[in-house]
Amino acid sequence: MARITLNHIRHSYFPNPQSDDDYALQRVHLAWDDGGAYALLGPSGCGKTTLLNIISGLLVPSEGQLLFDDEDVTALEPDARNIAQVFQFPVIYDTMTVRDNLSFPLRNRGVDEQVIAQRVAEIAAMLELEPMLDQKAAGLTADNKQKISLGRGLVRDDVNVIMFDEPLTVIDPHLKWKLRSKLKELHQKVKRTMIYVTHDQTEALTFADQVVVMNFGQVLQVGTPVELFERPTHTFVGHFIGSPGMNVLPVTVEGSDVQIAGVSIRTASDLNQLGQGTLEIGVRPEFVSFGAEGIPGTVETVMDVGRHRVVKVKLDGLEQTVNAIVEEGDAVPAGQVQLQFEPSQTRLYEDGWVVAETQG
Amino acid sequence: MTLEIRDISKRVGADVHVHETSLTLLPGHFNVLLGATNAGKTTLMKLMAGLDRPTSGQVLIDTVDVTQQSTQERQISFVHQFFVNYPHLSVYDNIASPLRIAKMSSSEIDRRVREAAELMKLTPMLTRRPQELSGGQQQRTALARAIVKESKVVFLDEPLANLDYKLREELRAELPQLFADRGAVVVYATSEPAEALMLGGYTAALHEGRVAQFGDTSDVYRRPVNLTTAQVFSDPPLNTAAITKKGTQCQLNAEVSWEMTGPQAALDDGDYTLAIRPHHVSAMPVAGAVAISGKIQVTELSGSESVAHFTVGQGSWVSQSDGIHPYQVDESHTFYMDVSKCFFFAADGRLVA
Repeated sequence: MARITLNHIRHSYFPNPQSDDDYALQRVHLAWDDGGAYALLGPSGCGKTTLLNIISGLLVPSEGQLLFDDEDVTALEPDARNIAQVFQFPVIYDTMTVRDNLSFPLRNRGVDEQVIAQRVAEIAAMLELEPMLDQKAAGLTADNKQKISLGRGLVRDDVNVIMFDEPLTVIDPHLKWKLRSKLKELHQKVKRTMIYVTHDQTEALTFADQVVVMNFGQVLQVGTPVELFERPTHTFVGHFIGSPGMNVLPVTVEGSDVQIAGVSIRTASDLNQLGQGTLEIGVRPEFVSFGAEGIPGTVETVMDVGRHRVVKVKLDGLEQTVNAIVEEGDAVPAGQVQLQFEPSQTRLYEDGWVVAETQG
Repeated sequence: MTLEIRDISKRVGADVHVHETSLTLLPGHFNVLLGATNAGKTTLMKLMAGLDRPTSGQVLIDTVDVTQQSTQERQISFVHQFFVNYPHLSVYDNIASPLRIAKMSSSEIDRRVREAAELMKLTPMLTRRPQELSGGQQQRTALARAIVKESKVVFLDEPLANLDYKLREELRAELPQLFADRGAVVVYATSEPAEALMLGGYTAALHEGRVAQFGDTSDVYRRPVNLTTAQVFSDPPLNTAAITKKGTQCQLNAEVSWEMTGPQAALDDGDYTLAIRPHHVSAMPVAGAVAISGKIQVTELSGSESVAHFTVGQGSWVSQSDGIHPYQVDESHTFYMDVSKCFFFAADGRLVA
């Protein structure tokens, strides 16, 4: 197992990149600890697959180095990197038994049969594949096939990192839960470095200790699930994490007065830190409430999501709508309402990036 | 517009894919078919659409028996999970294709295509070919094609399953509004309980080729008439346990028992299955809640909430709480179940309280 360092990596698919726009991946500089659980989260086209391919060796970056511990592996062939990968669709040998599928990576490396038997037994127990060890893989359900893919990665003890590329996409929701829990449990047991690539925030946040949120070929924020939820450093992170995401609204600031549609509000941001950029505020639906005074609007829709309702409010005199979360059992307002934002959870963003908070 | 199926069934050899099912579906709201893979959602849709023939029973559109009619004659639209577009045609021509087949005037075609494109946020892409689009844009092209022609019934078979999470979230909120004024019966298949809830309307909970319950989505979710429906309509999975009721005492196991109140207390003495959704099993004490302890197996934090899987007897339960709670794997932890939110099912699976 290894610590992974991405040292000022950039990548362009063009031979002579001119501007930042020509780079699919712009300046990624990160270090991942040995044994950690990480997720790369972002929408299609955000650069996460490019980054994954650089780590696995399918791509050599235009600039920068990739290190496994202190070894520079930037130009090393994929098969020399000792990486295990689990893809969206299970990659297994249908005609082989589960046992042979699990043994294959070890047999390939000439490992002693006795050691193989012992390793396979261990992994099968961990993944609850024991009852089907002697069945052909062909007849198994999608989640069991995906467990075999995973098992083939876990069975080797010389693997530097296990990478998951959207591994639960083809799995039914009620099985997703089981498999996701299983993955988490496995990580807690084996403590191998795992990197999980997904566009699904729930999968990223539940699996990883540290989530790397990407968009536009950049890393926008690296943080724990709590940090990403409570303190998004970019409006995109606020929007992408959370269901529904953070409300982002245009504001005007004059001196110490922050206004939305003529109504003054309080924020956690330090107004002395402002530059000349475009200003917005961000506040999560969890921190929007209804009151006797506040920002006026009209309730447009109410969506029941079981645990709570999402109330969508169109602001008077503005194009924007604001989502507010109302807990199950609480009254849902209708018609004309006044919105209030929790000041400690309301932040200013300048050109997309969060403005520093007032100290103390 | 109505779509009715009467005693429809589908057998393939010895396998029953759909047991005898009757449903009447109305326009003005979504009709959601909710169930796991192989529950029979797609089969049922295909039977309704005429893409497959039933072994028995009838399909009626506007009270006319269309069982023997072809798919074309039924005037329906069908959107599949995997985007189906004409690769050699532009987005514009893809959307226009059903109207051209219907020999509509080119000015009317233009008006409708542009309207549908606007709704689906495809206006800037009208001249492009499908392969130049993202997955989301390709699926929106397929949806736009389903919207332009005035179909009597629109079938949407897990249309968002292959899209990015955030795009899915947006389209879920928008889709019911897009179809709201069209007068068509909309049938929507999904395997995700959250999606059924957000789409609203009516939901049929499907399990192993049978409709376990059909009704107003919120009612089906909040008052499942049987255990199967409650299980189909719960994500994270429903927590269940065998309990024994004696007098007003409810006994879950040697450690956990409580005094029953309200309608629950009026149940006959005996054995029942108790069920409770994970978000009613909290890490924090709630008024009237009953403590239940177990060994933590797995924890998942998602920024705004904490999920813990813990042991209850031989089984495993899930707790879902707002906020971040420090759980230690393999250590015992106490949770609080809001017993007023419990369902009680009889041995045959019927809801009794």
